[in-house]
Amino acid sequence: MTRQPDQLLQVRNLSKSFVGVKALDQVQLDLKKGEVHAVMGENGAGKSTFMKILMGLLSPDSGEIWLESEILKNADVNETLKRGISMIHQEMLVVPELTVAQNIFLGREKTNWLPFWLDDAHSNAQAEAILQQMGVDIAPTTLLKHLSVAEMQMVEIAKAISNNAKVIIMDEPTSAISDKEVATLFKIIKDLKQQGVGILYISHKMDEIFQISDTITVLRDGQYIGTKPASDLDQPTLISMMVGREITNLFPEIVPSKDDVVLSVKQLTRQGVFSDITFEVRKGEVLGLAGLMGAGRTEVARAIFGLDRYDSGEIQLNGQTVRVQSPAEAIALGIGYVSEDRKGLGFIPAMTIQDNITLSSLPQHAKAGWVMTDSEATVATRMMQNLRIKATGAAQKVSHLSGGNQQKVVIAKVLQAAPDVVILDEPTRGIDIGAKFEIYKLINDLTAQGIAVVMISSELPEILGLSHRILVLSKGKQTALLSTTEATQDMIMKFAMQ
Amino acid sequence: MNTILARSKNLGQYGIFGAFVVICLGLAVINPQFMTVSNWTIIITQVSINALLAFGVTFVIITGGIDLSLGSMVAVTGVVAASLAHPDTYPVIVPIGVGVLSGVAMGALNGLVITKSKVPPFIVTLGMMTIGRGLALILSKGRPISNLSDSFNFIGGGSVLGIPFPILILVVFFILCTLLLKKTVLGRYIYAVGGNEQAATASGIRVNKVKMAVYTLCGGLAGLAGILLTARITTGQPNAGAGFELDAIAAAIIGGTSTSGGTGTMTGTLIGALLIGVISNGLDLLNVTSYYQQVVMGAIIIGAVVLDSWNQKK
Repeated sequence: MTRQPDQLLQVRNLSKSFVGVKALDQVQLDLKKGEVHAVMGENGAGKSTFMKILMGLLSPDSGEIWLESEILKNADVNETLKRGISMIHQEMLVVPELTVAQNIFLGREKTNWLPFWLDDAHSNAQAEAILQQMGVDIAPTTLLKHLSVAEMQMVEIAKAISNNAKVIIMDEPTSAISDKEVATLFKIIKDLKQQGVGILYISHKMDEIFQISDTITVLRDGQYIGTKPASDLDQPTLISMMVGREITNLFPEIVPSKDDVVLSVKQLTRQGVFSDITFEVRKGEVLGLAGLMGAGRTEVARAIFGLDRYDSGEIQLNGQTVRVQSPAEAIALGIGYVSEDRKGLGFIPAMTIQDNITLSSLPQHAKAGWVMTDSEATVATRMMQNLRIKATGAAQKVSHLSGGNQQKVVIAKVLQAAPDVVILDEPTRGIDIGAKFEIYKLINDLTAQGIAVVMISSELPEILGLSHRILVLSKGKQTALLSTTEATQDMIMKFAMQ
Repeated sequence: MNTILARSKNLGQYGIFGAFVVICLGLAVINPQFMTVSNWTIIITQVSINALLAFGVTFVIITGGIDLSLGSMVAVTGVVAASLAHPDTYPVIVPIGVGVLSGVAMGALNGLVITKSKVPPFIVTLGMMTIGRGLALILSKGRPISNLSDSFNFIGGGSVLGIPFPILILVVFFILCTLLLKKTVLGRYIYAVGGNEQAATASGIRVNKVKMAVYTLCGGLAGLAGILLTARITTGQPNAGAGFELDAIAAAIIGGTSTSGGTGTMTGTLIGALLIGVISNGLDLLNVTSYYQQVVMGAIIIGAVVLDSWNQKK
């Protein structure tokens, strides 16, 4: 491909290898002014390597990056920022103890005539002006630690604007914010487009991609697969470009559940967080837990699992009333929990796959306190096969795996403790479509074995595609209990916003 | 030696092992006295006390904690043991037992306060460092306790089949600590707690129990070290052990234990302790004054951590 003069950002034949493995191979990209350009691919497709190179965090082995008419060569982060490429990171890179204005101008502090004397009034005023222009109502003197994730994201965008960014890279910007906040974000993205800013957008959420992007570039295994206008693509075509094969039925067929109630929750209340939550889950049933971010779904799960206390109400397991005080007790009683916070609560990164898988069931593999490694290895190998965990072996460290495989390790760990009921909290968040599909099949396998499943998800197609019944929460209260046959996306949304 | 090399997957440990071998060879070339059995017997005997303390603190550091009260625990247990070790009073097992138990008790107290109050281990054990020193002075009325039985002094100065008793203790506890860390459920949990405390909790591990166990274990090993020291200098010294905690922590860190928790091995810590011993012995043989020795030692600690962080990046 040759270079065209009217482009904002042009990438030609970009390649990068890590110890012999090609992470990026001859990647191309053209970004116009005022364009939202989605970069799609499964985990491990090379998106983050690509973005790191654009930001100057990594240097490419070969290829060229042109920003308008200038070539970026050996540019480090400071250089790329100065030239006008900014990135909104998935994990917010903000300083919690500093104010909004201090964060926005971090590294480019405003000073008065003494070049070392901070001019807070000036930076506050400028920050306020930018935030107002964005239509965001945040005071520039608020400490960052008092903001929500969505607001922090706005501060990051304000920082990019203050930096006169021509290109803004957004890495999964909607992964941790509510639908309402997504709407605000999309409005700001549209304003940025009008001002001629080019946006590189990374997300795993399909509907969102088609809603916001003009152009889509697909990478697979570091290879450049192609670039197409979003209007020329539909979801199945895009998925097959990303995965390299066709996935016809995303959701497996739902098998009817049995009658025995496994978990029964009655009027569970935690003051100020959720109240009067009542539901039952039967053997082989998937109960979907829907609701907006902050509706209290995770909090209910945490209380059932013993991570948080509850003030009143009752939990019954197989007909017995139980009082769960800690996760250790919950696991012993037969409750499993796969957290939404995979990195924080899910696994021990420095430990091997095998050690992580047996972590919740280690006494089963021990005699008088001594671990029997052979018994562990057998189980780990079997689990890795059953769940199709892709790794060099059971001795590989979990920190080296992709998000989807890490999630499978966490699920394997929970299943290894032989639960009667499993709570899956956003089980497919941040993992690619291929792995998602496998996790859907796995949920089906669990129910076939008679395990009761409670699945929390923000993705409504997932809730509708997998659950027998759907419990909707809104602001800590349950607003509906629907059967899948009667439920629709609109209905769920209506109850979720009630 | 080869098995240690082959089995050591940790590059940091590998690197420090290489450095250890190079330094030993260098010293052997410069001074032929260095590579003699008698000199090595002296080195390892001297290292034994620091190594025991370092094993204890390695457990603690792997969980992401720290113990600054080691030196004071050495003093308390030394004084307690000495006061029970006069000739013709109690059988030798009494001062040993009570001495170790006093270390266990202080360690358990550290663990209890840390787990119940959520005050950082740094602060709690800093407090315990001062409390322990005070206790040692109170118990001994500020005076050294001497006139100890021969059977007690044997622990520090005796030999079995020509091998000094402290070396035997070192070997036994090195094996025990290694097995505990690598082969038991508790050992696995220690790594898990340091690797990601929240995930460990969510995996059903009773994190507080694990923390109690490591601080108690650390106290017990400090007790043993206190007895060893007291028997070697044949006196219970209330001022003994000051600063020992820093040498022990240094040995663990030089040996590749990360202060952020989750990684570390007893083999690494042993090499770290031996390295410290070899360097001070080597510098002695080269007639370098102890002032310079401190500078060298500090540089080595920093160098080891830099080496480790480079390896981490790879």
